[in-house]
Order: sequence, then C-alpha cells, then structure tokens
Amino acid sequence: MLKYIIRRVLMLIPVMLGVSLVVFTLMYITPGNPAEILLGEEGGSKEAIELLEEEMGLNDPYIVRFGRFIWNLVSKGDLGTCYATRQPVSQRIAQTFPNTLKLAGLSVGLAVVIGVVLGIVSAVKQYSIFDNVAMALAMLGTSMPNFWQGLLLMILFSIHLQWLPASGFSSFKHMILPAVTIGTSSAAVIARMTRSSMLEVIRQDYISTARAKGQSEIVVILRHALKNALIPIITTVGIRFGVMMGGAVLTESIFAIPGIGKMMVDAIKARNYPVVQGGVLVIALAFSVVNLIVDILYAFADPRLKSQYR
Amino acid sequence: MSNVTLQESSELVPTYKKKSQKAEVWRRFCRNKKAVVGLIMLCVLIFAAIFAQYIAPYDPIEQNLKNRLQKPSVEHIFGTDELGRDILSRVIYGSRISVSVGLIAVGIACLLGGFLGAIAGYYGGSLDNVIMRFMDIAMAIPSILLNIAIVSALGSGLQNMMIAIGISTMPRYCRIMRSSIMSVRDQEFVEASKAAGASDFFIITQHIIPNSMAPMIVQISMSVGTAILSCASLSFIGLGIEPPTPEWGAMLSTGRDFIRNSPHITTFPGAAIMFAIYAMNLIGDGLRDALDPKLKD
Repeated sequence: MLKYIIRRVLMLIPVMLGVSLVVFTLMYITPGNPAEILLGEEGGSKEAIELLEEEMGLNDPYIVRFGRFIWNLVSKGDLGTCYATRQPVSQRIAQTFPNTLKLAGLSVGLAVVIGVVLGIVSAVKQYSIFDNVAMALAMLGTSMPNFWQGLLLMILFSIHLQWLPASGFSSFKHMILPAVTIGTSSAAVIARMTRSSMLEVIRQDYISTARAKGQSEIVVILRHALKNALIPIITTVGIRFGVMMGGAVLTESIFAIPGIGKMMVDAIKARNYPVVQGGVLVIALAFSVVNLIVDILYAFADPRLKSQYR
Repeated sequence: MSNVTLQESSELVPTYKKKSQKAEVWRRFCRNKKAVVGLIMLCVLIFAAIFAQYIAPYDPIEQNLKNRLQKPSVEHIFGTDELGRDILSRVIYGSRISVSVGLIAVGIACLLGGFLGAIAGYYGGSLDNVIMRFMDIAMAIPSILLNIAIVSALGSGLQNMMIAIGISTMPRYCRIMRSSIMSVRDQEFVEASKAAGASDFFIITQHIIPNSMAPMIVQISMSVGTAILSCASLSFIGLGIEPPTPEWGAMLSTGRDFIRNSPHITTFPGAAIMFAIYAMNLIGDGLRDALDPKLKD
C-alpha cells in the first residue's frame, strides 16, 4: 500500500510538469509585452522597456524561458512577480488560497452530506413521492449555472430578506451563500450517483440475507448496502472537487471573496499573467492531490482493491 | 415431419422483419417522457435560434434610453435592460450563440478527441502512451480554468471560445473512443476484415467506430449542455462574447450592477441558460437509458 502511494505521488511530478508546460506555453503565446505592462503608464519609454525586457530575460528563446520558469519554481518556489502589486505571485497565492480551500471544503462537506442522504432515501423509497421530487430537484440542480444561482440567492437572502451578507469573507455567515452556490450542483450529482449505486446493491442477495437474519433496517442500509455502494460515490466526489474548484472561480468574484478564484478573474481582466499562471498551477495541483486521495480511499472502501495495490 | 417444420420456418423467415437497432433505440427513447420533454425543449431552442429575427418582438441591439430598466410588462414581457433594450428579444437572439457554441465546440471535441482516441486505442504502444499522458495533463486542469487560459492566449471572441471549449472537452472523447476501440479491436469481425485485406482506415471508420457509437452519443448530448454553460461562464467573466452582441452569460454579467433594483435583468438570461442545459441533461439521460442494453426489456 505504501509503495502504491509513493508511486502515485511520484507520478504527480510528470503530470505537474506537463501542466506547467501547457500553462507556460499558453501564457507565452498570449499577446501583450510583460515588460510594457509591468512599467505601466508612467515609465513607458522605449529604452526602459528594452532594458527591462533584457533584465527579465524576455528576449531569450522559449525553451530557455521555460527552463528558467521551472527552475525558479522548483528551487525557490518562485512563480514570478504580480504586475499589479509587485508582490511575488507565491505570496499572493499564499494569502488567497486558504480562503478558497475553506470555501471548497465547506462546499464539499455540504454536497456530500446532502447528496448522500438524499440519494439513500431516494433509493430506499424508490418511485415514492420523495424519490420523484428529490430526483426532479437533482436534475434542476445539475442544470443550474452556479453564477446565476449565486445571484438569485443574493437577491433573495441578502437584498430582500437581509438575512445573510452579500459580500466579504470575515465570518461563517459570509460563507453560507457561496458554499451553497458551489455545493448545490455537486450535491445533485452525488445524490443521483448515490441513488443508482444503492439501487444496484439493494437488489443483491446478501441484503436479503441481512434482513432475514433480523438485522435492523438502518444497519442493513448503512452497513451492508452503503458500504458496498461507496466506490462510485467516492469517484463522483473526487471528480466534483475539480468542478467545485472551478466553480469557486466564478462564485468568489460574485460574492467578493478574497480567494484564488477572484484573484485570477481580476488578473485576467488586468492582463496580469503571472498570477493567472500561478493560480492555474496551484488549482491543478490541488485537484491532482485530491484525485490521489480518492484513489487511496478506494482501498479503505473496498478491501478487495487493497490487495491489488502493489 | 422435420421436413415440414423446416419448410414452415423457411417460409416464415421473409415475413419476420427484424427491427433495426436505430428504430429500437428510438422507440425506447420515445417511451421515456422526460427525454421527450427534453427533446421538445431542444427543438424550441433551435427554432428560436434559426428564426430569431421573426420571433423577437424588438431589435436586440438598438438602444432606447427612455425605456431603461423597465420591469416586466405587457409590452416587454421580460422587461428592459440598462440601455432600454428588450430582454426577451436579447434572450431569443442569445440562443443563436449558445446553440452554435454548443454544437461547434462539441463537434471540435468529438472529431479531435475521437480521432486521437481512435489512433491511441488502435495502434497502442508508445503512441497510445504519449496521447493519453497528454490527455491526463489536460484533465488535471479543471475545464473552466483551461478554457480561461486558452481564451486569454487566443483572445476573446466567438471563434476562439469555441476552440477553447472544444479543446478542454476533448480528453473525455479521447478516453471513450480509446476504450471502445480497445474492446472492439480484437474481435473476430475485425480480424476477418483485416484478413480480407482492408486498410486500417477502412477498419476504423467502417467497423470500429459504428460499434463504439453508443457511449459517444451519450457523451455528446451531455457535453453540449456543458459547452453552453462554459460559453456563458466565459462571457460572464468578460472573456467570451463582447457587448453589444446578445449572449446570456454577458447579459447576466451586466445585470449584476443593477441587481438591487432590477433583478429581472439577471433572472431571465439565467433561466434561459438553465433551460438549455436542462434540455440537454434530459436528452442525455434518456439516450443513456435507451442505449443501455442492460435495461432492454
């Protein structure tokens, strides 16, 4: 098992290198001269730009620049300098990423709890009114664009009812609306997956056996059925984590949350590319780490898989 | 005795006509009410997109500053926006962008991803390895971020947005095509075709692709909805369609500034996005059930 984990962690390295290459290349071909943007309106003389270009190594060939980017990243954790604040990008990410992580964590928790509970009850009471209503809502939930949902929640709860704040990130109250916004569609997807996975398990013979030996219904559902239905649910949660990180990009800018997503959207508008580049890299890394954790969790959900992990 | 039965059965053969697989799938799809509703919704959307200039009551771009920020009324069913433009007309014209992005972006993804997946799956080996590792990299970046990165590299605009969405959707098609091809590749009818001297291209296009269509079709119907969402998201953060072109996400984005007193500006375009995605999800679900042999009665 440990060997498997180590091998998977090592496999992250080429993937992250590839992601850096893709992101670096995209930023490389993006129009706009960094030296010019960095100098801004005040110091825009031609000589100053040329000097800075030389200093930043912008005249070097592509491969040298990519090598330098990777070297700075690996040796110093340096992702470049933010054009707007002149801070190192890594510092800006360190300031904003914890907020995004908090928000994503809360959203995942919310989505898992609501999704799994709805899915189990729907499966147990298949074709009941509850099942039909829950699944119709889940279908709507998966179809709702989260930035629109965020705005609707804001109209209802912040403007009309004035229960919850519309922007900022200083207390738990501020986190409720954004977390609901990000979590809803994932809760819907998880509910659908839980339901279909549970339905497949519930028809198995060992469930009848458990019932026949007089096990209480709760134990049958949770210990015998849910445990065996867990793998597809875990997979879905892992995939949805990436979607939620992406959803955070839009949701954070709607609710003015100082997270990595808002930082990136602002950076795109200001053509502040090192920040965009750093943000994409960090989110991709977080997503890959989550996928790794999901793969390891499989072993705990299904001991049969554990024996295959070598 | 046995002669008679033989004769009878051979007489029976011509009258027994096996339904084609397509007709069978279609029949099962039509029995699913939700799927049919989805299909009708999609038809409404396509109809609106094609005949926008005949259905829309007003010009979607012409400004009428006397009529700014009107609440929904008989004259303007969805109200008017901050420049006095009729929101209903803009929503109807907006379907043009969404439908075309949905179709073209998914078309790009399907052709490119399908092609790469077919090569990877059919030839295997190091070519397979290179292609699939590249897809792993693309899948390690959440699609909205990949979209953002590609669009900011190429510049905003309809065409670049379609390319970006197409590229970021591609890995899924690549994987599906590859795994279907690998499951068909070693079957006997492919071997027979090879023995008869068919070229690789002929085998892939004539034998393998038709046999791996089902998962592709389901994926297509699902990702048209996702592509419409991506298009709206990109325009929402100001990277997609530039104003004054009516596009749902961009309309939502400008509506944000007036959300306190004129929430109708954000409500209706968002509902249109949801309508489109909901339709595609219903169709996708219906197709998956209709194509799944496990559920065959």
